[in-house]
Amino acid sequence: MSIAWYLAVSAIVFSLGAAGVMTRRNPLVVLLCLELMLNGGNLALIAFSRMWGGGSGQIFAIVVMTVAACEVCIGLGMIVAIYRRRLAIDVDELRELHG
Amino acid sequence: MSAVIFFIAAIGAISGAVGVVVLRDPFYSVLALVAHLVSLAALFLLLRAEFVAAVQVVVYAGAVMVLYVFVVAYVGEESASLGERMRSTALGSRRMRLLASLAGGALLAELLISLLGTGLKAIDSYGAAYHPGPRTFGTPAYIGELLLTRFLIAFEVASFLLLVAAVGAVVLARRRGGLGEETVTVERLAPLHLERPLGTGTMAEGVEGRGVAPSARPGDGNGAGEPVREREPVR
Repeated sequence: MSIAWYLAVSAIVFSLGAAGVMTRRNPLVVLLCLELMLNGGNLALIAFSRMWGGGSGQIFAIVVMTVAACEVCIGLGMIVAIYRRRLAIDVDELRELHG
Repeated sequence: MSAVIFFIAAIGAISGAVGVVVLRDPFYSVLALVAHLVSLAALFLLLRAEFVAAVQVVVYAGAVMVLYVFVVAYVGEESASLGERMRSTALGSRRMRLLASLAGGALLAELLISLLGTGLKAIDSYGAAYHPGPRTFGTPAYIGELLLTRFLIAFEVASFLLLVAAVGAVVLARRRGGLGEETVTVERLAPLHLERPLGTGTMAEGVEGRGVAPSARPGDGNGAGEPVREREPVR
């Protein structure tokens, strides 16, 4: 398949993730949708790397995976902290981050 | 053959993504994301990125998703009441959801126009020339060489970022005082601690030390959430 097909799949995955971030209210699912967006970006990076025939896109994809792992780590830590404080796990309720 | 695999993997990836967004239970969303990641790894393999595909399956779909599953299992019972609340405020929520879906569709159209409508001729090709071999494009040897020579700084910064994230997660998710469920039983058996009366202004008392029981501190302004500990102070 030509590179354009992969780019189309990556665009679809990215915009599905963006729509999920905007629609869902559970922070866990918002994090999952962020993962979707990062994966769409990864697929585009690797498709361009294949098109170009170089390895830079793949290295960039690995770095994006690292950043995604860090984001998951911090996000899940925050969710656990919110849960411990008996606050509602809902991004509409959590408008402020103090205390 | 590669077209068949591409379509199977692409349909799997897109339906996994739809499942993540649409499914109501967060646990099923996580499982849909795992399916999505595995299909995406198949797409990476078709793009000759063997090492990235392996990392995707082993690290992402393996380790990170296990973290998700644990947190969903820990927090998960909140989702039922959340669903009820979502239904109770159905009107505004539905309007917002419609708007957000429209925004997502607009984003998709924009991305497709910008990605597929470029003047890049190579987009319609099958990619650069590929010669199979032990050190060719996308193999672990190739990626490792790039990571340790040309992208060394990015590699080191990424590892430092992982360290900071691990420390941050521990700091965020640790148990704090004043939660009402904390049962700290710190054994302080220092010899000086045995004869010292309370209120002598030690540093341990200054930071509300844990060796001093709260019952021995009248007028403590720590609020109602102060845990009651049965242990007598060690004196």
